[in-house]
Amino acid sequence: MLDQTQVERLEAEAVNSAKSRQPLYAARKKIFPKRASGSFRRFKWLVMAITLGIYYLMPWLRWDRGAFAPDQAVLLDLANRRFYFFFIEIWPQEFYYVAGLLMMAGIGLFLITSTVGRAWCGYTCPQTVWVDLFLVVERAVEGDRNARIKLDAGPWTARKLVLRVSKHAIWLVIAAATGGAWIFYFADAPTLIGNVFNGTAATVAYATIAVLTATTYTFGGLMREQVCTYMCPWPRIQAAMLDENSLTVTYNDWRGEPRSRHTKKALAVGQPVGDCVDCNACVAVCPMGIDIRDGQQLECITCALCIDACDGVMDKLGRERGLISYATLSDYNANIAVATADGSRAVDPTLVRNADGGFSDRLAHFHLRKIFRLRTFIYLGAWSAVGLALLVSLLTRERLELNVLHDRNPQFVTLSDGSIRNGYTVKLLNMIPEPRAIVVTLQGLPGAEMTAVGIELPPARSFDTLAEPDRLKVLKVFVRQPADQIEAIAQSFKFRIEDKAGLESAEYTATFNAPETAR
Amino acid sequence: MSSEHIDDVSGVPTTGHEWDGIKELNNPLPRWWVITFYITIVWAIGYTIAYPAWPMLSSATKGVLGYSSRNDVKNELAAAEVAKGQYIAAIQAKTVSEIAADDALREFAVAAGGATFKVNCVQCHGSGAQGSAGFPNLNDDDWLWGGKTEQLEQTITHGIRFASDPETRQSEMPAFGDIITADQINQVSAYVASLSGPVQDKSLIEPGAKVFAENCVACHGDKAKGNREFGAPDLTDAIWLYGAGEAAIAAQVRAPKHGVMPAWIGRLGETKVKELAVYVHSLGGGE
Repeated sequence: MLDQTQVERLEAEAVNSAKSRQPLYAARKKIFPKRASGSFRRFKWLVMAITLGIYYLMPWLRWDRGAFAPDQAVLLDLANRRFYFFFIEIWPQEFYYVAGLLMMAGIGLFLITSTVGRAWCGYTCPQTVWVDLFLVVERAVEGDRNARIKLDAGPWTARKLVLRVSKHAIWLVIAAATGGAWIFYFADAPTLIGNVFNGTAATVAYATIAVLTATTYTFGGLMREQVCTYMCPWPRIQAAMLDENSLTVTYNDWRGEPRSRHTKKALAVGQPVGDCVDCNACVAVCPMGIDIRDGQQLECITCALCIDACDGVMDKLGRERGLISYATLSDYNANIAVATADGSRAVDPTLVRNADGGFSDRLAHFHLRKIFRLRTFIYLGAWSAVGLALLVSLLTRERLELNVLHDRNPQFVTLSDGSIRNGYTVKLLNMIPEPRAIVVTLQGLPGAEMTAVGIELPPARSFDTLAEPDRLKVLKVFVRQPADQIEAIAQSFKFRIEDKAGLESAEYTATFNAPETAR
Repeated sequence: MSSEHIDDVSGVPTTGHEWDGIKELNNPLPRWWVITFYITIVWAIGYTIAYPAWPMLSSATKGVLGYSSRNDVKNELAAAEVAKGQYIAAIQAKTVSEIAADDALREFAVAAGGATFKVNCVQCHGSGAQGSAGFPNLNDDDWLWGGKTEQLEQTITHGIRFASDPETRQSEMPAFGDIITADQINQVSAYVASLSGPVQDKSLIEPGAKVFAENCVACHGDKAKGNREFGAPDLTDAIWLYGAGEAAIAAQVRAPKHGVMPAWIGRLGETKVKELAVYVHSLGGGE
């Protein structure tokens, strides 16, 4: 018999023991962004007013196009397959204009990102704008950061219930208005709004409102920064667009570190002290809930609110603004080299300052010149080239088009007098919202005459027809050539159409086929 | 295995899993992500209950919503029928020439007639209605029985030489091989060929004209222009149902072939026959 102390203890642990288990999923940490004020905040208010204004009001703008086309300035008429944008009308086959705009948007994003970083994310992305709007509501209902933290941590009282219900109710109203505004781009807005409220709008309209209300409320109100960090691919792509000369929101630790809350004490014991007083104002205002002082990070949307917050603190302390600033990586590296004596020691803020306390002349500053570099010129060039090509194409495009399909079966028909007849499907595209009198003429093909199904006219070299406004007119045209005038088994000739009133015309080269025996 | 494993480079805890020196970092996914994942699983299961999904021995579960793609097709076809209804009604009520004169109705009838043609007529007349030897080309302007819409309708309705329809188009050219001599056949063939083109032996033309006057004018007319009352073809034009040239003409004189076209009214009904008539009329030869 062994005593229990004599039993050897083995070094073993269950692989799934509670203490070795780690959470693989993390709950969202709540973020309570504080209200910021400053020039970037003002700029963001302006951008928000413009973008939201455009989104909500655009469908209500009118644009007179005459009696035969809708008078809505911006309209995606899916049912009739027409897209109206002020003076521009696009038919489905002209969809390349949209492709061109998408190319411009893509290249434009490269251009903007390579110069001023993730400006799209920080200022104009709908997610950012609507989150900003939802935060305005949250602040108005529940108060600023501290009040919200307190409310959130506190027990469920009647007041909390009222505040929460009102906040979510306002959010839902905004979300519904957002979803509601979307559908007005696809139908006549004044008519549709009546239909929506009296219950006679199409099911798809209500479904669209419901889906967009849900996504706006969820993404803008509930998920916020989670959308940017986990769902959106842009941060990854945009990060690849940045280079060492792109402006990004940067914490200038070369003047900020070592940060200290107790500057005087530190100075008294001879420690170097940076400009950062570790007040966390930059963290408190951040809608992404990050600390810019940890350096560039994927979560940062470069909204620049931390710059406003920090500048405010620096002003109060009587120090220079720009502890957090838009800076390029190359400037930052140059300055950190100064502050660390080329990396030989930790940041010493005294190295970046002169004896009189001002900044050393050795420091690098951003210069506008850095925006103009080969990369940005290439982006700008490509962007302008696409834009110019679109513009030229738009200004010179034909509004009267002609397409001809030659009958293949049969290719030709021998008629009783021995003459040969070919059939053609002639498509006249009258792409303006006005009816037009069109003359269809044959060019070439000696002796040939034509008739058209449904047009009661004797055979002739030309005939008149009326093209309805903004419509495609399909004509079945028969061309007949006497046997003795046939020159080859395949002869080229032209259909020509001409607007009787205007100068526009179009031509289409077609082929006339004849059997060997006809010659 | 415990949580004190921290990656040196990133400062992120590792899961303790390591493969050839590569450690798995534990950057926790957001919790809503995994919740969303579970929701999709629940959704998928719900979907298989709501819609036909699970394979059984002979078929699959029907789904509690009772959805079936066959029903979908049936409904869509029914909706299409309803949409066509007003056109069908108008076609029933109007005569073929009225239909041909109305742009919208004509367009509908040409499309519908074209579809009917592809199923019922292409076997003889060809997919482009271009015909072949013995089967008339419907694109040209030469009509044995008339090329007006009403006449086309009549032909399609009752057929040609279709024994079981009392109103069918009826005509029969005698076999002249038993009536006139072989020489006379050659002469009359040369004469007929000369009406629309050159012939080899011009000396045959004059006796041929005499043979023609004695035997053929009753049906083909003294100018050989034919007669649609009897379906007798115009012999002066460039179109030959059984082939051009003296030899082909002689063969037809000696022992004529007589094509038969069925009466289509029984199979297609009045509406489709009307649509077909308008379609054929639109091919370019309609009168």
